[in-house]
Amino acid sequence: MLIKSKDATRRGLLKGILRGGAVAMALPLLDIFLDDHGTAMAATGDPLPTRFGTWFWGLGVDHEIFTPKTVGANFDLPPQMAALEKVKQHINVFTNFNVLTDGKPNLCHFSGWVALRCGAAPGARGELPAESLDVPIAAAMGGGVRFRSLNMAATGVPRDSYSFLSGDAINPPEVSVVELYQKLFGAEFQDPNSSNFTPDPRVLLRQSALSSVKDEAKAFENMLGAIDRQRLDQYFTSVRELEKRVELQLQKPPPAPACVMPKAPAADLPIGLDIELVTERHKAMTDLLVMALACNQTRVFNMVFSDSFSALVRKGSERTHHILTHEEPIDPATQVQPHASWFVERSMEAWAYFVEALAKVPEGDGTLLDHSLVYAHSDCEFAKVHSLDGVPMFTAGKLGGKVKTGMHIDGNGDPGTRLGYTVQRLMGVPIDSWGNQSLKTSREIGEIVA
Amino acid sequence: MSAPVKNWTKPVRAALIAFSCLATVGATGPSSTSGGADPSLRLISVSQYRNILQSVFGADVLPKVRFAPVKRTDGLLAVGSSAAVVTPGVLDPLDSAARAVAERVVDPLHRDTLIPCKPASASSADEACAQRFLSRVGLMLYRRPMTQQELTEKVMLAGKAAARSKDFYSGLATALSSMLVSPNFLFIRENAEVDPARPGQWRLDGYSKASRLSFFLWDSAPDAELLTAASRGDLHTPEGLKRQVERMTASPLLTRGARAFFTDFLALEAYDNVAKDPVIYPAFTQKVAQDAREQILRTIEDHLITRGEDYRDLFTTRRIMLSAPLAGIYGTPLLAGPSEWKPFDLPADSPRAGLLTQIGFLAQYAHPGRSSPTRRGKGIREVLLCQHVPDPPPNVDFSIVEDPNAHFSTARQRLVAHNTDPTCRGCHMMTDPIGLGLEKFDGAGQFRATEKGAAIDTSGNLDGAAFTDAIGLGRALRDNPTLKSCISNRLYAFGVGRPLTEQESEVVEQFPAVLDKSGYRFKDMLRLVIFSPSFFAIKPQKGPAMALLTEQNHAH
Repeated sequence: MLIKSKDATRRGLLKGILRGGAVAMALPLLDIFLDDHGTAMAATGDPLPTRFGTWFWGLGVDHEIFTPKTVGANFDLPPQMAALEKVKQHINVFTNFNVLTDGKPNLCHFSGWVALRCGAAPGARGELPAESLDVPIAAAMGGGVRFRSLNMAATGVPRDSYSFLSGDAINPPEVSVVELYQKLFGAEFQDPNSSNFTPDPRVLLRQSALSSVKDEAKAFENMLGAIDRQRLDQYFTSVRELEKRVELQLQKPPPAPACVMPKAPAADLPIGLDIELVTERHKAMTDLLVMALACNQTRVFNMVFSDSFSALVRKGSERTHHILTHEEPIDPATQVQPHASWFVERSMEAWAYFVEALAKVPEGDGTLLDHSLVYAHSDCEFAKVHSLDGVPMFTAGKLGGKVKTGMHIDGNGDPGTRLGYTVQRLMGVPIDSWGNQSLKTSREIGEIVA
Repeated sequence: MSAPVKNWTKPVRAALIAFSCLATVGATGPSSTSGGADPSLRLISVSQYRNILQSVFGADVLPKVRFAPVKRTDGLLAVGSSAAVVTPGVLDPLDSAARAVAERVVDPLHRDTLIPCKPASASSADEACAQRFLSRVGLMLYRRPMTQQELTEKVMLAGKAAARSKDFYSGLATALSSMLVSPNFLFIRENAEVDPARPGQWRLDGYSKASRLSFFLWDSAPDAELLTAASRGDLHTPEGLKRQVERMTASPLLTRGARAFFTDFLALEAYDNVAKDPVIYPAFTQKVAQDAREQILRTIEDHLITRGEDYRDLFTTRRIMLSAPLAGIYGTPLLAGPSEWKPFDLPADSPRAGLLTQIGFLAQYAHPGRSSPTRRGKGIREVLLCQHVPDPPPNVDFSIVEDPNAHFSTARQRLVAHNTDPTCRGCHMMTDPIGLGLEKFDGAGQFRATEKGAAIDTSGNLDGAAFTDAIGLGRALRDNPTLKSCISNRLYAFGVGRPLTEQESEVVEQFPAVLDKSGYRFKDMLRLVIFSPSFFAIKPQKGPAMALLTEQNHAH
């Protein structure tokens, strides 16, 4: 028996649970999940899910060895991008796009990423003038998954997040591999490919608990002034998110052929910003994220490899990446700071790992990456001078055929917000312009739109 | 001096007289109606959360819970909490923790001690027992009696859940878990009411005053006695307020309040991510990092609470608290057992004295692989003196420092060269002459006589006070007038948990005039804050009174 209707499922469960025990429903695992074209779910006719994510690394690049000499398809890969060779066909690289501050100060390692995330340059450190673009994208993509978005910081530092509603409302990152695993694949995870679906009878109790919380919140709200009411509204929204997650637990999750529950990590990695350690944490988090996507636990994610003031460091060196960008002389022959540049190369290796991890998961007529769009960027171009001209950006993935890849796009000095705008449009955010003042744009980067 | 200040000075002085000679406190507030703030709505902190649950249910029900960081505002997370927003990512771990706590409270191991009654049948609802438990717990969690409606709803929730699960305890856990994610628990909401004693003016209600006091002094919710005092209206009378403040400042729980304040003030949460290069600083292990943070707090506790010393002397004292892992780094004899803390007096010839020379401070304001006079100087300016060091300009010229032929051995040589650039010099002159005073301590806080074979010059001056070494820097800081206004300001802001109003800033400006005479003893500073006329002052609220919790609709 395959129960398709949500209501029927819930009623059946309610009856079962009210009889005093859990209902174990044996559901046949479909041999073929997808239609003949491999582009839609056979059972429902729904298109394959799409995903959106961001990836961040700090302290930019070295123009001389990063920027490809040729534009368009078949662009050359300069030394700093060498690690991207194997994923080149999956990505686009964007250079010569600028962040303009309209007379506001260039707040070092801050203005650049803030503008590229929310479309507006901040007036002061700590100020986040608008919500980050992953927020409206998550809203446009709707629910149906356990987590509206998943935030991770490979640095292990709880403040390293580039996803936010405002300066007072940061979406906190997961910083521990063990905790991330527990959140995704702990007791509440329901294997979509399990033939048995046994909803936890405690789910109904949880629903009534959350419903009671909402009642309390309504009474609570009446006691507040206008600003605090807005804050409570956000709390209320968060409770609703929990409710939706609980509702999902009452439904048999749709099958997900590539979903394989990963092994629990044995222990957490020690804290610290040693680059080997951060790389290892990034890999572990990426692997869990990829499986979370394949298992339909979330569709939106934000990964931080290193923060904008990156203090990543090589064991035995007294200078962090950030110190090196300022103190290391530029080699006159190459126009590069060799030791600082070494960290950029490691960042590109991590980015390649991330893209490849998504590309390794088969899905329908392609891979998980083919149905995803990842937006990656840094906080500046050349960290030594904190340049906001040419802040490097990437995309990865074809978003189910909506995005062309394998190209180098030269922005000719256009506002970098053009990419954020394009990305939001592609993800279905109903806007006809994005950003403010000189960063305002209503021009998509047409070259990548299929 | 502007007019309002004059209006406020007298009550501040009166407050001091009141607490110092045990006279009646004139704490009914200023005659002016211009003062006062709006009631605040603060998100509870992780330590407050843990302290409340520990006092209600005991330490063994506490789960591991991660609170999302709030924005540090005006130097304090406590101030940021008054604007903090609960996004799904913030609520998630709190929800998991709530369920874990509720399950532990009702499990067979704990139920007999934590639940004051037994149900008629363990497999069905028991309204009377649920009501007894939930009203008692609700009083502590919500910091006020639950309203009749709230209690009825929770008892009904417990009943329905018990019927559904055929388990009384499961029902109770369901109701408890909902209370633990309720805004009434997670937010500290202040409530204003019309002040019957002063027509046209408003005041915080008794329970809001009780929460102010207990979160400030104990980093936790009010205890039963304080709640009783609130219910009787005692906190609206000078005598009643004084009685409670004296009780609370005499309680051992004051230590918790002091630890919470200094953890926030000194930004010690940064320690959660302090790690040093294992090749350069092999002695600085994770255990050392944890103990370094704990050492700061224990030394403060010993100095301010146990011994009642002056805050300023924290920067010159030779008495420190020591653990075995730290003894190695300090090069002192091993006095303490593996998990013990013992006081230790640094010898007169030690290069260390005062908080600035504790490895906690030295390592926090440094890089993973080397010291940083700029960070240390900035830490002293921004944290201990409440000053703002501007951001560096984006296009800094490091060409002199970068000269590979220059061969700088010491940080001073590097920074002196760097500061020949006038655009850098301005800000670096705020930080470096101070930070260089600590250069005989490396990035892990270990003493060194030389750097790369070169002698280290630790002379400098702090706002005109010259010193030759770290101990002299501590003395200069101890005598710096800004140290006094900074601690006054931060302590007051921590107490109210929101940004100061203009009037409050004027009140706080008067504190040093009072404390200079009495000394900056922690309890005296606390009393000065609490008995200041502005501490509980509330701005007249617009429109009709908000739906107030009155005595009549409280459940008993």
